[in-house]
Formats: sequence, C-alpha cells, structure tokens
Amino acid sequence: MPPTADTLRRTPLFDRHEAAGARLVPFAGWEMPVQYEGIRQEHVAVRTSAGMFDVSHMGEIETVGPEAERLLQRLLSNDVTQIAERGAQYSVLCRPDGGVLDDLFTYRLADDRFLTVTNAANHDKDLAWFRDHAEGFDAEARDAHGEWAMIAVQGPEARAALERIADGELPKRMRTADLPVAGVTCLVCGTGYTGEDGCELMVPPDGAAPVWDALLREEVRPAGLGARDTLRLEVCFHLYGNDLSEDRNPVEAGLGWCCKLDTGFIGADALRDLEPEQQLVPFAFTGPGIPRQGNDVRTEHGDGVVTSGSLSPCLETGIGLAYVPTAAAAVGTPIEVDVRSKPRAAEVREKPLYAPPRKRGGGKRR
Amino acid sequence: MAEASYPEDLKYHEEHDWARIDGEEATFGITWYAQDALGEVVFFDPPEIGAQVAKDQSYAEVESVKAVSDVFAPLSGEIVAVNEELADSPERINEDPYGDGWLVRVRLSDPSEVDALLDADAYERLLETSG
Repeated sequence: MPPTADTLRRTPLFDRHEAAGARLVPFAGWEMPVQYEGIRQEHVAVRTSAGMFDVSHMGEIETVGPEAERLLQRLLSNDVTQIAERGAQYSVLCRPDGGVLDDLFTYRLADDRFLTVTNAANHDKDLAWFRDHAEGFDAEARDAHGEWAMIAVQGPEARAALERIADGELPKRMRTADLPVAGVTCLVCGTGYTGEDGCELMVPPDGAAPVWDALLREEVRPAGLGARDTLRLEVCFHLYGNDLSEDRNPVEAGLGWCCKLDTGFIGADALRDLEPEQQLVPFAFTGPGIPRQGNDVRTEHGDGVVTSGSLSPCLETGIGLAYVPTAAAAVGTPIEVDVRSKPRAAEVREKPLYAPPRKRGGGKRR
Repeated sequence: MAEASYPEDLKYHEEHDWARIDGEEATFGITWYAQDALGEVVFFDPPEIGAQVAKDQSYAEVESVKAVSDVFAPLSGEIVAVNEELADSPERINEDPYGDGWLVRVRLSDPSEVDALLDADAYERLLETSG
C-alpha cells in the first residue's frame, strides 16, 4: 500500500521547509522538499555559490566490533581495509548473483566502528542483509537511522560558508571530522552528490534546525531533491532505483572500479570475467527534447533503455544515462531515444557530462 | 507571474487550459494554476500547423525540468498557428500564461462546444473544491 500523508515520515527540518514555501512530495516513505523557488535556480546556486539539501531520509547503519572490518569486507564490494581511520569509501552491496542491493558510502569512525549511509528506500532491506550475514562475525550491525539528520552543503562557496560557523578545520575530500557547527557537534564528511566541493553534515536530530538556520544566515540556499537529481545526473553519479537495481550488476553499471574481486565479497564470483551485454553510458541530445526514465533507446547494435533523463540546466540540453548494447557504448556513438513515440537524436558522451570548472581535467569521482 | 489570476474574458477547461474565443477561431494556453503546478517550463513541443485537435484530447506537451504534462484541447478544430517564440523562450508560459505564453491558434470545427466550458468564476470554484 503506498504511504499516505498520515504515514509519511518527516525530517527534523520539516517546519523549515514549510516555512520556506517548499513543494513537499512523498519520496521513499518520507515527505521531502522537491523544490523551493525552482529546480533550475537551486541547481545554479549549487554550481555557482552554495546550496544545502536536507537528506535526513537517508539511512545509517553502524557496524561495530572487533570483526566489523571483516564483516564489511564480506558485504561491501570495495576494499574496506583501505579506508583509513576518518576516511570514506564508496561501494555497492551485491547479491550472490551480482545484482545490486544498494550503493553506499562508508566512513571509518574508529578501527572497529564504521558508519554506512544507505538509500532511504533500501535502508530496511540493507539492515536485514547486514544482520543476516553478521552471524559468525564478532560484530554488530546497528540501525542508526534515528540518531542522525543529514544536511549536504555543496557548491564552490560551501566550504567557506561552513568554515565561518564551524569550530575547527573542515575535513578534506573523502575524510571526516567531529566538529561543532553552529555549536552543534556534527560528523562532518568531505563527500557529496553534486560534483561540487562541499561537505555532508551528520547532525543529531535536535541540532538540525540550528545548523540549518546558521547556514541560511551564511546565505547558503536551500535546494530540493529535484536539483539534487539534476546535479548528480550532470556529473553521472548513479541513482539507485533508476540506474542501479537488483537486476543490474555493478560491472554493466560502470562501477567495476569499486568492485575489488580479491576481497571475496558476496557477489564477487559472479562478476569475475563478466563481459556484460549492456553498459550504462551517459548521453546528450543533439537536438530538441528531454529524455525520461523508461524511454527506449535504439542503436545500430540493438536496443537499450534510459534509466535517468532530464534537461541539464548547465548544458541546456537533454541528458541522461542509458543501458545500451556494449557495441554501442563508445563515446561518440549516435543513438536514438524514443520520447513518447518521437525519435530524438542523441550521442554517447564522456563522463561527466558536465565538469565543474575546478575539476576540469581531473575527473575523480565524488 | 507571482499572483494567481483567471481573466474574465477567457473560457476554461477543467484540465487547466484556457481558450480565448475570437469568432470562428480561438487561442489556447494553460492556466496560471497549471504553470504553477508544473514549475518552470523548459520545453514546449508544439503540434504541426494543419493538425486536427479534438476537445478533451491531448494535443501537445509542456515539460519542466522534472516532469512532462499533457496539454488538453478545450475545443475541437485545426491548428492554424503555433507560438514560435516558445521554442527559444518556453519560460514565457510561466511569465505570461494568458499573453506571450499562448500556445496555439485553432480554427474551430464546432463553436457550440464553447457552451461546455467554464467561466472564470466556475473554474476558480473548481480549483477551490479540488484543493
């Protein structure tokens, strides 16, 4: 049964969103702001100055114990032993057949303590998976969802705004630090989902509003899930439920780089020597139109499907991610997207589709 | 356009479209409510000139960054003009939904269909009751 307004969960910042005139929509069981003044304005604010997103719907699992690292090494696709203390790492969670259960960020808070951020829609499933596989390990997977609100502060001026209200040095990219922000002790993470510089703040729920208000005073603009989606799509970050699912494996999704097969994680055997028939590629329209999730793709080498599509506010053209036959996955390959029975011309492009200026020539992920 | 408005001289269709009747022709567009619900319009895909449109049927699409919305014909007829300016400036639909943001001009095939449309008061009441 789909959740109704009565059963939707609200984040500690719900009142702030209402007061700011946000358009609130159901999202993964939560009532979340999709936009405030407009997706394009919020998108541009994040690309040119600073924006903040309430992403408190995202879940957290804390894995604790002497064998916490060993348990995570079994579950997560990346090499967990390579996460330094206070470091961060991206990985996927796979079924034995390689199907993707979720994509995750994991932070090592101490030698024997990790925090893994889950997608809201997958949190319960992930938690059950962690617990089911914890048997035989001297480690415990705790549900920490209720302990954290989460605010992502992103944009070229995000760090400067945070520095003005944080007491101490912000963590570098892919690192974390415990810092008072506006007087509230937060777990500050040098990560994000926009391709811009910035931090994600894990905040105790009752501290979320004061931190949000302090960021507002520093002229950080509230941005909704709509802009979050267009921002991540321009830099080709995956969205679970669109570009990743249990029916897709990480190799065809272009996430082979975070699958360290020698670690023996669940699913590794299925991915070994895999030569996928399809690959997830970024594409851009060369003419009018806007691709949408589910549109069919036609290529000289067979058909495919769009998994994410939108207008790119920065490129001002239709962009997306699509699974296409591997033979049609090369950059520059012309493809055709069927947008509600209208054929639209497109071309496979390099990742990212849009590169923030400071990163041009770089291309390092998240 | 920041404030909601529903001009008295237009006729309204419950799918949030308007018609400005001018003898045997009419201009169509979407209402303030429709453009506000959609958000910033970033793409309008017009029908071909000469195409037939039927009352209550979709004849075009308007798109925001995140969503696609069908545009319904308030009346039946043949497209005689489309607003070419919208190809480069679809935001006119938001800025001036009853003026520069008009969508198409239609030669009506059955002007008596106008009797089934709502006046401004009735349309605003519909918006109130549908919440």
